[in-house]
Amino acid sequence: MNTLLELSGVSVSFDGFKAINNLSFQIGEPELRAIIGPNGAGKTTFMDIITGKTKPDEGHVLWGDKATSLLGRSESQIARDGIGRKFQKPTVFEAQTIRENLAMALKGDRGPLDVLFHRKTPAGTSRIETVADEVGLTKDLARPAGELSHGKKQWLEIGMLLAQDPRLLLVDEPAAGMTPAERAHTTDLLRRMALNRAVIVVEHDMEFVRRLDCKVTVLHEGAVLAEGSLDHVTANQDVIDVYLGR
Amino acid sequence: MMKPGFLSQNQSVLWFLATLGMFTLGVTALAEATGTGALSTSFVKTLGKTLCLCLIAIAMDVVWGYCGILSLGHFAFFGIGGYAIGMWLMYARTESIVSESLSAAVIPPTDQEIVEAIGTQIFGVVGSSDFPVIWAFADSLGLQLLMVILVPGLMALVFGWLAFRSRVTGVYLSILTQAMTLALSLYLFQNDSGLRGNNGLSGLQNIPGFDATPQSMISIAFFWASALALGLGYLLFAFVTSGKMGSVVRGIRDDEARVRFLGYHVESYKLFIFTLTAIIAGIAGALYYPQAGIINPAEIAPIASIYLAVWVAIGGRGRLYGAVIGAAFVSLLSSWFTGGGAPDISLGVYTIHWTDWWLVLLGLSFVAVTLFAPKGIGGLFDLLIRKEGSR
Amino acid sequence: MLRTILIILAVCVTAPHTSAAQDLQSLLQSHQRLVAKPSAKTVGVVLDDLASSGLSGTADFLEKWRNKDLWVRKEDGRFFYTAMAEAQLTLLDIDTGQVVGTTSKKHLKQIRPNGGVRKAIASALVQFQLNDPDITRRKAAVDAIARAMTADQLAPLEAAIDNEADADLKAQKMRLAVMLRASFAPTTEARLAAITALSDDISVDTRAVLNQILTTKRHAAVSIPSDLNVATQLMVGKDISSLDAYAMLVDANLAQPRVKASDIVSVLSANIENGRVAGTPVRLLDTIEAREKAYDSLAAAGAAPTRITDAAAQRLIETHVFFDSYSESDIRVTAAAKLALDGIETRVAISHAADLTLDALSLASIYFLAAIGLAVTFGVMGVINMAHGEFIMMGAYTGYVVQLFVPNYTLSIIVALPLAFAVTFAAGVALERLVIRWLYHRPLETLLATFGISIALQQLAKNIFGTQARPLTSPAWLDGAWVINDVIAISYIRIAIFVLAIIFLSLIVWILRKTRLGLEMRAVTQNPGMAASMGINPDRINMLTFGLGSGIAGIAGVAIGLYAKVTSEMGADYIVQSFMTVVVGGVGNVWGTLAGATMIGFLQKGIEWFNPSNTLAAQTYMILFIILFIQFRPKGIVALRGRAAGD
Repeated sequence: MNTLLELSGVSVSFDGFKAINNLSFQIGEPELRAIIGPNGAGKTTFMDIITGKTKPDEGHVLWGDKATSLLGRSESQIARDGIGRKFQKPTVFEAQTIRENLAMALKGDRGPLDVLFHRKTPAGTSRIETVADEVGLTKDLARPAGELSHGKKQWLEIGMLLAQDPRLLLVDEPAAGMTPAERAHTTDLLRRMALNRAVIVVEHDMEFVRRLDCKVTVLHEGAVLAEGSLDHVTANQDVIDVYLGR
Repeated sequence: MMKPGFLSQNQSVLWFLATLGMFTLGVTALAEATGTGALSTSFVKTLGKTLCLCLIAIAMDVVWGYCGILSLGHFAFFGIGGYAIGMWLMYARTESIVSESLSAAVIPPTDQEIVEAIGTQIFGVVGSSDFPVIWAFADSLGLQLLMVILVPGLMALVFGWLAFRSRVTGVYLSILTQAMTLALSLYLFQNDSGLRGNNGLSGLQNIPGFDATPQSMISIAFFWASALALGLGYLLFAFVTSGKMGSVVRGIRDDEARVRFLGYHVESYKLFIFTLTAIIAGIAGALYYPQAGIINPAEIAPIASIYLAVWVAIGGRGRLYGAVIGAAFVSLLSSWFTGGGAPDISLGVYTIHWTDWWLVLLGLSFVAVTLFAPKGIGGLFDLLIRKEGSR
Repeated sequence: MLRTILIILAVCVTAPHTSAAQDLQSLLQSHQRLVAKPSAKTVGVVLDDLASSGLSGTADFLEKWRNKDLWVRKEDGRFFYTAMAEAQLTLLDIDTGQVVGTTSKKHLKQIRPNGGVRKAIASALVQFQLNDPDITRRKAAVDAIARAMTADQLAPLEAAIDNEADADLKAQKMRLAVMLRASFAPTTEARLAAITALSDDISVDTRAVLNQILTTKRHAAVSIPSDLNVATQLMVGKDISSLDAYAMLVDANLAQPRVKASDIVSVLSANIENGRVAGTPVRLLDTIEAREKAYDSLAAAGAAPTRITDAAAQRLIETHVFFDSYSESDIRVTAAAKLALDGIETRVAISHAADLTLDALSLASIYFLAAIGLAVTFGVMGVINMAHGEFIMMGAYTGYVVQLFVPNYTLSIIVALPLAFAVTFAAGVALERLVIRWLYHRPLETLLATFGISIALQQLAKNIFGTQARPLTSPAWLDGAWVINDVIAISYIRIAIFVLAIIFLSLIVWILRKTRLGLEMRAVTQNPGMAASMGINPDRINMLTFGLGSGIAGIAGVAIGLYAKVTSEMGADYIVQSFMTVVVGGVGNVWGTLAGATMIGFLQKGIEWFNPSNTLAAQTYMILFIILFIQFRPKGIVALRGRAAGD
């Protein structure tokens, strides 16, 4: 298992408030990792830093086999490097059909001229259909995304990530607002995706994390508090203190 | 280049082109020079100008309705196109007049004397006779036509690059484009702008080399040219807004950050759309002003770009034919009202003169459209189609 | 009281010289011949006697005498002033001014003093006027000297200083005397001392005196003559164009005039023979080279003056010198004057900078006033209101209408300010209720809808008030300007606007920070849901906030209307700048708006300073600068950073 992404000594502050404080973290490929932590632990900022939305004040973010730095690369470059992100609130293009949504995410050239003269290929079409099948949206391909239920929008977004074919997937609270059945389906999806790529899941719901059955990292006040299996970290006194209050 | 299936997938484009073709033929058949004469030359010119306005309206629709950039600067690009072609028209025509008057001299004039005389003719009104640097290519139609494309294109490219690069979006971008327009019009109002200050460029309806051709014929020629430009522009934009490009561009409109995380360099796309539409706006202007006959800085004032947004909003954003309907409907209605065509309404104590009240009506109906019919007139088509479908 | 003192003083001054003559006529009769036929040599006696007489009509008499308004009756040699009455002359007694009778012109003789005499009289007159008991006449005399300074005024002026009772006038006389000494004092030392004394006075007239001393004349010569006080030698091509240099040589008869292009054309056209000029066909004469060649052939044949070639002209210019010399021959005086003037120019430049700063400050206040309402609606609420400019206009028209009914300007402004607030507050609330509240979170739509409102309101104002500008007159006590020196002056109205801006700044800060309304406002804008759950009615707060922002625009309208004209388009003139002010300063922050207004005000004045004649260019460059500025600080000067600033 090679190290795919490594953060070392990363700090970032907003107006004096240290959102991330000397954080070090690494993940291999393939791997499934859950990140938990109380509100304000810096989970969202952590993802913002990896995806290039926030520039850290200090520290390194190294990516891939050649350990290239991600600092100074734009969001779109980082996305093209192979990092996909799923937002907490499902963000799909509601005015467009499922097929268009997936087509947009499909791995391929991203330059304006390539896109302008882009032709549909049978390979692309079949890839879209495969992904749609995987997230259970085959019947809905021609429908506008806005008509989907909340849970289906979550799946569509995961489907878009699949279509993107990233090496690292950042998933922010995928189970929020889902029925138990949908949750089970989502857990399966994530675990299957983690078979050949790195997946980081940020989640509040302990039950959901338990079902993922993977290594857990606990964030607190912008730094790693504990790391290990879920049972290991929940036995950690610091973690108990943080979650239950002193 | 285009996908074979492009037109068959976009039947509305075919419908539009067919309608435009029929309209062009109809007007030709009714015009003075080529038909029965039921339409006066000045009305043919008005129709030709309206087609140019439709062209800039679809450009505005692409940049705003599809890409979500509410540009309040596209009329500035339109004006620049007009100025660029106006410079050649004015230079060439003055040159022929000056050469004629100087040919009577005992000693034949030198080239320099001719240029000086042209300079005096053109810049006399602003108390100058020297040609500013920007007129360097005014003697060449080809280069000046190139300017019609290059100047708005480069301006849009530089401005867009600066603005998009620093992630200025939404209303901020609108205000910034409005400021750009204001700066340009203030600059042009100066007498030493090199473009005759608030006198602007005039006599543009006289096409050099066609002195003997009657205006009725010239008006038809420009009408055809405008129709052709609108048709081609419509095709181009329909192509750009269809398929994957259209998908990405609409994605940028609805959720820019999401598109970025899909790996698209959003700024390049915006810049591409902004620049392309600016160039089309310049071309529309270059066709419009020879039909209008005069261009001055007031044409570029920020309010003109706002009216452009009004047309597109009333016609219906996010659909090309909506922009065409809006521009044609509102601009023709506007000239009907302001030209005194609408009958006054007497209320006993007060008589409503539409020349005074038209703008009030337009402003308020614009508010009403924004509030109650965000899809504009084009939204009515949706209702019709849905009814057809449910039957 | 003052008058009594003056009379006493006048008596004191004249007392030692009291003469036997009781009135002017008798005194003049004692010098009858000298008055009737004055000559430069003898007039002094009469003038001295008149001076020592202390008679009140003396100044008047001298003036009439000089202006040839004095007549003598042939039969008895008595002097009269006259007035024309048809063919007859009305005689006026020179002491009392009473009508004495009328008589035909032939019985009288007009006294016409020659130039020398008139000069002597004028000089004496200056002295009389400068010592006149009536202060307005003394002032007039001083002003007259200041307007046109001559050498002979110096002595009388100096003599009139000590006895001056009025302190202000005395200071003025002393200052004027220094100026006169600088130009006309008999010794170089006295002039140098006077010039040094002038060197810390930046007024326009001082500079005029020094510039007068430093007047130069331009010369062209073979070499610099030693008897001239040379100011600068001119470099051809740098200080003076070679064209002008050659023209100077021609003027100084040092060179032949060059043949102009138009001369060549007329010579050529006069020498056409069979379609040819000097053998060249006319149709080939369409280049300068061909024309010159043909002309040279004609010149060689003697048919025209020889053309001086560029090279020859250049040689002539190189073999001569061009320089400016002072009309003042004393090099020490010119050096001192130059030093003094340079010093003054530096101070003037500093004063200009100070004046510009004041100008910029008042412009900044105007931008601030125009933008502060926006800072509330756009900055705090995030609602973009393109009709904001029209609210400014509404406020200004409210002021205008109030002045139609309330003739007292002070009262009318006092009434107009709260009324304008009320009117635009109501308009703002109406706009918020009817339009904006349906469009929250759709900023572009809000922008468009308010554009519609803006278009409609502008046209409505045109329909009601017409297209011409309407006056909004400020009270008389706001007229005029606070003059610090000849360079720095600021009109009271601008000071009032500045004060108003400060009041508004404090008021807004107070409302936002210290009042319940401000607290609720911030709560609603930061988290409407949470605020609502705490019992705050967000609808009401939004309505009030928008009303407040609009109301401030109304008051700003009155202030701007006082300073500029009220037209239906005045709002449109301010709207872009106002948004720029808010955006540049940093949205959501009143201090940012202040910073933005200050920056834009100073920037615009700064640009105008480089190119004072062109306000349009200044605005153009300012906007371009702002566009660039936003590139580098997209969140404005006072930026909120981090997650609080939103994404």
